[in-house]
Amino acid sequence: MTDETLLSARKLSLSYGMLPALVDVDVDLWPGEMLAVVGESGSGKTTLLNVLSGRLAPDAGAVWYRDPDGHLHDVHAMPAPALRTLHRSDWGFVHQDPRQNLRMNVTAGGNVGERLMAQGARHYGSIREQAIDWLTQVEIDAGRIDDMPRTFSGGMLQRLQIARTLVTHPRLVFMDEPTGSLDVSVQARLLDLIRSLVTRLNIAVVLVTHDIGVARLLAHRIIVMQRGRVVETGLTDQVLDDPQHPYTQLLVSSVLHA
Amino acid sequence: MSQVMLRTTALAKSFTLHLQGGVRIPVLSAIGLDLHSGECIVLSGPSGVGKSTLMRSLYGNYRAESGHILIRHRGEMVDLATADPRTILAVRHETLGYVSQFLRVVPRVPAVDVVAEVPTGRGASQDEARRIATDLLLRLNIPRRLHGLPPATFSGGEQQRVNLARGFIGNHPVLLLDEPTASLDAENRAVVISMINEAKARGTAIIAICHDAEVRDAIADRLFALTPLQDAA
Amino acid sequence: MKGYNFAYLDEQTKRMIRRALLKAVAIPGHQVPFGSREMPLPYGWGTGGIQVTASVLGAGDVLKVIDQGADDTTNAVSIRRFFARTAGVHTTTRTADATVIQTRHRIPEQTLRDDQIIVYQVPQPEPLYRLESSRIETRRMHALADYGLMHVKLYEDIARFGQISISYDYPVMVNRRHLMSPSPIPAFDNPKLHRMPTLQLFGAGREKRIYAIPPWTEVRSLDFDDHPFRPIRAPHPCGLCGATDSYLDEVVIDDRGGRLFVCSDTDHCAERRAAGHVGTEGLKEAAE
Repeated sequence: MTDETLLSARKLSLSYGMLPALVDVDVDLWPGEMLAVVGESGSGKTTLLNVLSGRLAPDAGAVWYRDPDGHLHDVHAMPAPALRTLHRSDWGFVHQDPRQNLRMNVTAGGNVGERLMAQGARHYGSIREQAIDWLTQVEIDAGRIDDMPRTFSGGMLQRLQIARTLVTHPRLVFMDEPTGSLDVSVQARLLDLIRSLVTRLNIAVVLVTHDIGVARLLAHRIIVMQRGRVVETGLTDQVLDDPQHPYTQLLVSSVLHA
Repeated sequence: MSQVMLRTTALAKSFTLHLQGGVRIPVLSAIGLDLHSGECIVLSGPSGVGKSTLMRSLYGNYRAESGHILIRHRGEMVDLATADPRTILAVRHETLGYVSQFLRVVPRVPAVDVVAEVPTGRGASQDEARRIATDLLLRLNIPRRLHGLPPATFSGGEQQRVNLARGFIGNHPVLLLDEPTASLDAENRAVVISMINEAKARGTAIIAICHDAEVRDAIADRLFALTPLQDAA
Repeated sequence: MKGYNFAYLDEQTKRMIRRALLKAVAIPGHQVPFGSREMPLPYGWGTGGIQVTASVLGAGDVLKVIDQGADDTTNAVSIRRFFARTAGVHTTTRTADATVIQTRHRIPEQTLRDDQIIVYQVPQPEPLYRLESSRIETRRMHALADYGLMHVKLYEDIARFGQISISYDYPVMVNRRHLMSPSPIPAFDNPKLHRMPTLQLFGAGREKRIYAIPPWTEVRSLDFDDHPFRPIRAPHPCGLCGATDSYLDEVVIDDRGGRLFVCSDTDHCAERRAAGHVGTEGLKEAAE
């Protein structure tokens, strides 16, 4: 267990006009840790994800990332090329809608191989080998490698997006409602897949979800947001089973138990 | 003299229900308890007195309101009442095991992997972990044909035994058992009793909730009685 | 010619284009925007090339214009005549005699020299055009040298066809930095781009872009280690001059499906024949 954080944010604030989206938000994330950000729509959780990942600049506050050599980088002060390099190597982003991330007119193999090629991989055979390996890891038949994503089901598309993201072995992956667009029947399979891959590869994850069940199954720690503020944070099962803040109690008590 | 593995001092817990106008329900007060290695304490007291609340507080599942929960973790006493989440997770990983009344797992994971997850999480190979898990499930009379199926489809008794296997496979020095035999038949109760006694013999310190007098007599070194608090309405 | 400035364009416009050219030379392979003028010929006929030529042409230059390697097609003849009239420069069909060569879709077979300039007509300067529709995004990709997507296209080709199927306008990396379209020259000509002693200028009139490769610059065709770039050439000798190392056009010679492969570079072919080289067709003629 290391005491050095992978990602740290302090006093993040951001307003959309008069509307506060983030108010004095602190976040710490350690290597290999899964952190869930929960809250209802409009609570600021997606804004937080975008600010943490450098896609959206905060009005105030800073986000620090520690690279593999131990150097700290102010994410919002990084030059654009460095941030982009980070996003296509050390970091990953999994969208709710896989079509936002995948190239729908490029084969499954090309989609998985793109990040490798962007990093300079120039051996077709080895790119293909890794693509096959990753398709298998996300439980897509290797025989589908030359098929277009548009022939894939929603669950397969989401798994393809995960393969495309994890192929470069990122240390940190941002996930925005990864199971949000899926039927309940395929959600469980994806959750299990994410959990086992992330655990095995020791990937740190910031997971935004409105589904408390998803947070409970995946996350070590949880952040509860309301109107741009962190109202409660802690161990996932403690926050969900013994919620202290009125809003968390409301959130937990609103969940239907199957 | 065996060493103290778990000690609570002046532990108190109440619940504030914001959705019911902020009513405060005190459940535990001034709990002082010492648990030694190789010892099994069974919590006693009427239903609703807060036995499960105490168990969950000891596990860090409920947040202690005041007082201390000291646990011997890597040779040092760590206070779970004030520890940060990552420390609590590390304590659960290595030191503190918990068998709850209900199994809560990812829906489609096979029973054997639910159990094997504990050793693989500590670095054991998949094959080795599955082998140990299989042995344990067989000992708890879960037939081999069920090992590859997700426990969600199992009966209550089967789920409870998967839960027990998951709790025991880690050989945690401190173990919390919440009604470990509640939905088991006589044969499986006997298996669980012998597993508990073997663990004690290895030096495991155990706190249990157990309504079955026969099981209680078979495992308890002493009882710890909880008494109802006055509602501070 | 009365009523017109030398080489048709006014001096201010030529200066503007020269400034763009200087910037293009300074950043090899980088597309520089320029204020493309309306020219007296339609887009697609070489409006970009003709503006670049007009800006570099001096009174003492000798101009050669080729279209698909030929000096005698309408487009080549028209542009040559245009500059003969508006600039009064000498024109030639002989590669060796030219100081400025404007070309559409070919590089002459004869090795070019450092006292020559070659000007390419470019229909689409953006090599990522078919892969990424957003210009903002392609500009960002160039800025950050983020060219994984171009390799994805090559990957897709091999996955689908077993080989890279691009036969013309084959993308290149210039000076190990900028991805560049070499204009629709055959991939066969790509190796000539590399470390060419000649200044290479590219003009895209409709797209309003200029780019350049300075002399002796490294130009590499994109490929994979295990699928290296291979210039493709029809496996025939030239029917007229017998050349086995030149790029060939396939010509239908009768209505019975008869075909003839001949040098696409007409000057090259003519010079070889003048030097006594003869192909199969020439031998037939001699026999008749």
